[in-house]
Amino acid sequence: MHLDHDHSHDGPGAVSADALRADGSRRALRIGLGGPVGSGKTATVAALCRALRDELSLAVVTNDIYTREDAEFLLREAVLPPERITAVETGACPHTAIRDDISANLEAVEDLEDAVGPLDLVLVESGGDNLTATFSKGLVDAQIFVIDVAGGDDIPRKGGPGVTTADLLVVNKTDLAPYVGSDLARMAADAKAQRAELPVVFQSLRSEPGVADVAAWVRAQLAAWTARA
Amino acid sequence: MSRAALLVLADGRFPAGGHAHSGGAEAAVKAGRISGAASLAEFCRGRLHTAGSVAAALAAAAALGIDPVTLDRAADARTPSPALRAAGRKLGRQLMRAARATWPSAELHALARQFPKGAHQPVVLGLTARAAGLGPVDAAYCAAYESVSGPATATVRLLSLDPFDATGVLARLAPETDRVVDRAVEAARRVVDEGVDALPAGSAPLLEIGAEIHAGWPVRLFAS
Repeated sequence: MHLDHDHSHDGPGAVSADALRADGSRRALRIGLGGPVGSGKTATVAALCRALRDELSLAVVTNDIYTREDAEFLLREAVLPPERITAVETGACPHTAIRDDISANLEAVEDLEDAVGPLDLVLVESGGDNLTATFSKGLVDAQIFVIDVAGGDDIPRKGGPGVTTADLLVVNKTDLAPYVGSDLARMAADAKAQRAELPVVFQSLRSEPGVADVAAWVRAQLAAWTARA
Repeated sequence: MSRAALLVLADGRFPAGGHAHSGGAEAAVKAGRISGAASLAEFCRGRLHTAGSVAAALAAAAALGIDPVTLDRAADARTPSPALRAAGRKLGRQLMRAARATWPSAELHALARQFPKGAHQPVVLGLTARAAGLGPVDAAYCAAYESVSGPATATVRLLSLDPFDATGVLARLAPETDRVVDRAVEAARRVVDEGVDALPAGSAPLLEIGAEIHAGWPVRLFAS
């Protein structure tokens, strides 16, 4: 949110959530993916890129905590051309970079749009963090919180801002549930109790339909974003 | 002039990207030059009187209305390390975003158009102070204090240093910070007649070298 209503943005860099870029064109939809370490955020981003890259112009910003591992994983997997993937350094505080001080991420998004745009969609992946980490509305238009069954089936019950308020909750690695003793029905009921009407997707990227449900949700978000233009 | 506006600008939570930078502390910790509160104090003292003094004078000069493009070149000339130049411009660009959203001004917009990838942070800071209705002394204080508060905060994270010790370091540097600011503002006022050569040009070779080494690390917590 900004206080700048008195004049048009006539140069680079003063925008955050504004729908228009400095040149007057409409910017890409930005979707954030957050969640605990190891829950499958990068794997979900990779799968989304494979599912959507032929129909959309997209790019990815990663927020690695202390390495470029996530960006390098995406590069190695060749889910997108390298110029469409940018890593942001977060100074030991991944949640600060996506919520309290979003400037480096906004810069990365804008640079991607300048370099390889026009873009339809930018996925902003948070560094693995805790259950309270959410994205600022100044940075993303919608956010996905990714947890996994192996992190404990009590996480939906515990709630927290990510589980409770994310626009989409993804419960990942459902294929592992029998091996770690996680009760998917209980997770679904707890998530429903925490989130009311907000959607939840249970997915396993190791079997069909993989990321299809999340990709469908992303397409719906994009359709709504485009319709608002 | 609003004293409260100074608090807004000087607040470590002002969203201008500083949290991702250690001000050279990460390189110094790795090299063993910062290992506790005492060596943090020495590191901060050195940074205050070199990079901090230069930044404070540049910010004060910009707040006085000296041409920011000339000041930006003066900042480049006083920053030998390419990695530090890049970090300074990156932080300048991020401060510009926050400043234009917070205190919109024609001068800030003009500088943003001239430097789409960022002018040096102290120059942007000085113009931000002007836009916020603050003066050269305020701008110099922000720059001088940032030059030590950044490394102190980063060291708390890097070494799990007791946060009370780190804050104590900053408090004990306050009288020296006052003197650095006084001299910086005096130098900035001389720029009006004498040009940018009147600005201090103190340099800390280990900060410059450390920044170059740090920029090559594959694994690090901070961007600089």
